[in-house]
Amino acid sequence: MSALPPYATTGQRAWYYSFRVICGLIFFFLIAPIMVVIPLSFNAQDFFTFTKEMLSFDPEGYSLKHYRDFFGNPDWQDALWNSVKIAPAATLISVSLGTLAAIGLSQPHVPFRRAIMATMISPMIVPLIISAAGMYFFYSRMGLAGTYWGVVLAHAALGIPFVIITVTATLVGFDHSLTRAAASMGANPVTTFYRIQMPLILPGVISGALFAFITSFDEVVVVIFVGSAKQQTLPWQMFTGLREQISPTILAVATILVAISIALLTTVELLRRRSERLRGMSPS
Amino acid sequence: MADSASNGAFVEFDRVQKSYDGETLVVKDLNLSLPRGEFLTMLGPSGSGKTTCLMMLAGFETATHGDIRLGGTSINNIPPHKRGIGMVFQNYALFPHMTIAENLSFPLEVRKMGKTEREEKIKRALDMVEMGAFGGRRPSQLSGGQQQRVALARALVFEPELVLMDEPLGALDKQLREKMQFEITNLAHNLGITTVYVTHDQTEALTMSDRVAVFDDGRIQQLDPPDTLYEAPQNSFVAQFIGENNTLEGTVKEINNGLALIQLDDGELIDAMPVHDSVKPGARTRVSIRPERVEYNKDRIQEGAHTLKAEVKEFIYMGDIFRTRLSVAGNDEFVIKTRNAPDVERLQPGQQIEIGWLPQDCRALDA
Repeated sequence: MSALPPYATTGQRAWYYSFRVICGLIFFFLIAPIMVVIPLSFNAQDFFTFTKEMLSFDPEGYSLKHYRDFFGNPDWQDALWNSVKIAPAATLISVSLGTLAAIGLSQPHVPFRRAIMATMISPMIVPLIISAAGMYFFYSRMGLAGTYWGVVLAHAALGIPFVIITVTATLVGFDHSLTRAAASMGANPVTTFYRIQMPLILPGVISGALFAFITSFDEVVVVIFVGSAKQQTLPWQMFTGLREQISPTILAVATILVAISIALLTTVELLRRRSERLRGMSPS
Repeated sequence: MADSASNGAFVEFDRVQKSYDGETLVVKDLNLSLPRGEFLTMLGPSGSGKTTCLMMLAGFETATHGDIRLGGTSINNIPPHKRGIGMVFQNYALFPHMTIAENLSFPLEVRKMGKTEREEKIKRALDMVEMGAFGGRRPSQLSGGQQQRVALARALVFEPELVLMDEPLGALDKQLREKMQFEITNLAHNLGITTVYVTHDQTEALTMSDRVAVFDDGRIQQLDPPDTLYEAPQNSFVAQFIGENNTLEGTVKEINNGLALIQLDDGELIDAMPVHDSVKPGARTRVSIRPERVEYNKDRIQEGAHTLKAEVKEFIYMGDIFRTRLSVAGNDEFVIKTRNAPDVERLQPGQQIEIGWLPQDCRALDA
């Protein structure tokens, strides 16, 4: 943001400062609720509020007991294990199908492209509770409700829109004469896809995969409808924890999840920049 | 090179038509055959169907009607990657995520060629375009001209018999373009490759090709070697499109001893060669005269030349030539070009002069 020019009017000056205040407020409301959770998760008491000891930075007020509870409690460990089993499988399906859909829908000769695109994106727009209820009835008929694959498929359906959107965005800049060039050199469509198109749209595919993974990892509504006790994921366990036990362990879990998300996003962003630099594209 | 008997043809278009929407034909009844080793240019304004023809030959578009043959066999049902045709694209289409050597290696890897053989061919191809030192670079690190050379090397590295080029020099500056024109022609002739080259630049077409096919309105208007095309255009479109041209409109009076007597619209009578089929007594016609075939120095006007009055509108000194715009027989855009020589008079606007040309340089074409 540039500095205020000397000829700025009073109105411009007022806007200049209020703009900064508004931006600050937006950041505050976005981040504050998450930041509060982190110190609270080290609470030595079983409370959701700051104790006197914590506020006076007394070491007695802090402990790792909630983290110990998370790693020692079989309920939490089962939930973690379920999440770890479900999210990657759902991500894999989302990425494969979403990427293919995005490539197909980027072909100008496909009829009703917009309508098909809108349909595929709809899980993002339709209220989750409605999708969840619909999936419950549909999957029950097919015998998928309460099964591992039922939850995986439901989460994959939720992740596909993210993959389609990110891959479509990278395909906009994709030069289709490259695939023609590959064909003129004798490469069949499959080779062309893996050697030419895939490496070039990879940043979009990875971003999409990340969103799909986090969607599955964070999702609670659909899994409650479609899953059974055997598919109890971390968010589900947190939800139960809030409702039934009111244990601050969920604060520790939340902190761990935030840390994982930040690590994941940072890694992917660094990888993306590196690959773009290698390809001589400008990092944007 | 003009031999194009169908049995000796390497590439053949047989009554090919193309329509994108099922109603309007972009390519109308195209017949074309070229022998092995020929450098053929498809020249025409945008929308004339030349690029569509190239894409049909490459296999990226399908012919709506008719047959395209390569080496005697129809390739209508062969997908692009099995045609074995090299192609240079307008934007080069180098793979940005691969180095130059990897770009050249790609067509060889697809053909399951061994590593040592690949490296040898890559080296030879890069040396051929004087890019031997750039194998490890990425396309984004090269200039436009260098990328152009790499694209050319990549299209040639797997030794195709036919290479297609889609306006490959369009993005280069004038000097580089002229250099590359020369290099591409030399390479194609030395390697004995059959080349189909698409351009809208007539200078490029004239300097590079064995034969030029002038496209307009989905048809080949004329297919001839460059000199014939320039000196003996068969219709008004070709005369107007190739080189600079002066047009005078009139009506055919009579045809005698192979010469047409034409009454121009201002009443002047001139003789011209009746070229187009439509030149018959009573018909409207356009007479085409090249600017450099018109003289105004009295001692240079040859015997038997037709002379008429003209008024100088503009005189431009261009160094090697003088370009003079005249008003002739009611046409204010009549241009003549005269070589700069000590005995050539420099004209002044408003000056009344007498110009002359030989009847055989004056071609009566379609109206």
